[in-house]
Amino acid sequence: MTFHQQQCSNGLTIIGEVIPEARSAAVGFFVRTGSRDETVEESGVSHFLEHMLFKGTKKRDAAQVNKDFDKIGANYNAFTSEENTVFYASTLPEYHQDATEILADILRPSLRSADFEMEKKVIIEEIGMYEDNPGWMVFDHARKLFFADHPLGNSVLGTAQSITDLKRDQMLDYFQRRYIASNITLVASGNFEWDKFLKKAEKLTTNWKFGMARRDHIRQTSGSAEFKLLEKKTTTQQNVVMICPGPPAASPLRYAANLFAMILGDQSGSRLYWSLVDSGLAESADCSFHEYDGAGAFYTSFSCDPKNTHKNLEIVIKQIHELIIKGITEEELEQAKSKVLSRIVRAGEKTMNRLQEVGMTWVYLRKYKSVDEDMQTYEKVNLRQMQQLIERYPLLRLTTTAMGPLAKLKMPDIPKQPKVPNAQHS
Amino acid sequence: MAKQVFHHTFENGLTLLAENMPHVRSATVNIIVPAGCAYDPANMPGISSVLSEIILRGAGKNNSKELSLAMDGIGLDRSCSAGTNHIRLWGATLSRNLPKTIDLFADIILKPHLPKSDVESVKMLAAQEIMSIEDDPKQKVMLALRKNHFPSPLGNDRRGTLEGLEAITHDALSKFWKKNFRPSGTIISVAGNIEWEPLKAQVEKLFGKWKGSDVPALKLSPGKGGKNHISKDTQQVQIGIAYPSVTYGHKDFYAAIGAVNVLSGGMSSRLFTEVREKRGLCYSVWASYQNFKEVAAVICYAGTTTDMAQETLDVTLKQIANLTKGIKEEEVKRLKIGLKSSMLIQEESSSARAGSIAVDWYYLGRVRPLEEIQKAIDSITTKSILSHVKEYNPKEFTIVTLGNKQLKYGK
Repeated sequence: MTFHQQQCSNGLTIIGEVIPEARSAAVGFFVRTGSRDETVEESGVSHFLEHMLFKGTKKRDAAQVNKDFDKIGANYNAFTSEENTVFYASTLPEYHQDATEILADILRPSLRSADFEMEKKVIIEEIGMYEDNPGWMVFDHARKLFFADHPLGNSVLGTAQSITDLKRDQMLDYFQRRYIASNITLVASGNFEWDKFLKKAEKLTTNWKFGMARRDHIRQTSGSAEFKLLEKKTTTQQNVVMICPGPPAASPLRYAANLFAMILGDQSGSRLYWSLVDSGLAESADCSFHEYDGAGAFYTSFSCDPKNTHKNLEIVIKQIHELIIKGITEEELEQAKSKVLSRIVRAGEKTMNRLQEVGMTWVYLRKYKSVDEDMQTYEKVNLRQMQQLIERYPLLRLTTTAMGPLAKLKMPDIPKQPKVPNAQHS
Repeated sequence: MAKQVFHHTFENGLTLLAENMPHVRSATVNIIVPAGCAYDPANMPGISSVLSEIILRGAGKNNSKELSLAMDGIGLDRSCSAGTNHIRLWGATLSRNLPKTIDLFADIILKPHLPKSDVESVKMLAAQEIMSIEDDPKQKVMLALRKNHFPSPLGNDRRGTLEGLEAITHDALSKFWKKNFRPSGTIISVAGNIEWEPLKAQVEKLFGKWKGSDVPALKLSPGKGGKNHISKDTQQVQIGIAYPSVTYGHKDFYAAIGAVNVLSGGMSSRLFTEVREKRGLCYSVWASYQNFKEVAAVICYAGTTTDMAQETLDVTLKQIANLTKGIKEEEVKRLKIGLKSSMLIQEESSSARAGSIAVDWYYLGRVRPLEEIQKAIDSITTKSILSHVKEYNPKEFTIVTLGNKQLKYGK
């Protein structure tokens, strides 16, 4: 495994991890833009634009883009989050250059009006699909409730109304503001030749616009701490999401945060597993750590028979409270580490996963970490760091959203954030 | 690429398969036992699924917590679930933890505690799983489609019914386990950075004395087929369409896979292009091949807002019908490269390989070498696909829709 990087004169960063024994090669453009970078009027434009990139360029129409990707047997797609829009493809090694060429081409889209109107319909269908899925909808509401006026609460999809109202010129303006070379990282991973790739990539992107794309309002938030019940009579299960603050992506505590989420709510052997799922009180329970630019949060969620909702809320609160006052045991930490290490190794065996990992690590930390370095970092996390995390973030400051058939639900009392005994500051 | 796939069938009928992947550090173990929901007693649909949950709650010398700790301690990601024909126990970890994994899995299969005290909580979980289908319209329509299209019990949902759950007792679970957990028809498949001889010796030691009769034949009765609508107040109308195809190992198998890929093999395929790209009718539309030993089908799905639903259904059916009018050379070229890529890239994943070799063995009684698959893919032509779709041109579709408007289903 060797790592390479190159800063181009227009500001584009090109990085690559060469893994000679891989069966495939992956390539992706990571654009540092997402729903948090949108104005209210533009709500949903990042994601809509992501779709529009597949609708053609000066040299290809939409059908040709799809055909050219399929011609090389590429596994390709894109996604949009609050902070990133990523376009990627993985292929057999012999098609890596072609995949790079097509991706670079679609990064300079034509945004034709007819395509814009057609794709608008598809986006509205996508919104409709999610609206029929309460397990997904509840997360969108929960994020909004937690982040309140913080831009990270912006919806990635937007609404049917905001998409309907959106004009092509607004999208073009957003594109010109956000898709400039310095705001983009080109990432490759797998079985490819760096020199050949670099030469080709530089040639393809040499005319991209130079400039700066700003990201405003980078700040932490501890969330609204509100409680909201959304009644949805047509559903059968109650879906609950509880969010509390955590460290931002650039914090050295991010590793401890991932381990904490695993100890609290991994799908096997975690505290929530034993207290909620093993007992049959909830169909599923989970805790995951989400990290952003300047902010972070733990999302704890469960889905259950509505009549158990209140009891389950009490249990989650009790579990977090216990973690704070009694701390984490050495045994729990070691177990969480074995799980993380095994997952890192297995994920690292697929170039598509490596592409995401290498790309995101670069975007947030401006660093490269090999699979082994990543493992070593996790191995080094100790109880003191776990304790620091627990001290520094008000984990009981929960913002709670419940969606389902319940018309009434009382939020249980949350104990005051306790003073942590024997806290050791470094 | 020289690939090493090892095979051994023990005297008691148990099959062990292993593929060595020296380029990875992980290993995956996959055990399929012929105890899927197709064997659920008629009055207890859902029992195999309940068993697949309770079976992890203590085995051998470990109680439920100890077993979970032991598996977490070696970073073993695992799951146990019921399918139509099998209960599948799956686990992936670092290859150095493989022997420990096999030990623990042997306990789970051969010496599960099936604790009486957990029966109620496991049934509560199962009931919630059944209820939550109501909150997922796409899943609901696809389950109804399978049920209507495939012969019973193959089309049954593993989750069973709430009434079925009621009837399940601790005694019934023990009996179901005793009756259906048998070496014959069980396949243990392992892929990753492994050594064959020690693996074989360990499996022999642990499973060698396991006894049981042969897998009983299933009695199939035809699905009801037809066109059905489920009325529900949702944003979108869900559409499921099914029609028969040829089974795994049939001489037309690759032509059939080719035909499905012409419809839905990539974003340039016909369904995506005609339904989504040209008309903007939906976000999600696809077709895929699904099979059992006895029967196989092409299953299509589309989800779209009410106003667009009729057109979506009409265009989709038309695209299926149009297959017989001709297949283009460029389409075949694209789908062949797509198939070849997926086949080769699968080599990066020990878990995909452990699954694939078991599937091959179950259907064909052997593992196809890469070269054979490659050759079969190469042999797909416009002509082979066309003559297949003509011969198997669907006379009738099974259709299920769900939403707030019933559609017209054509002829």
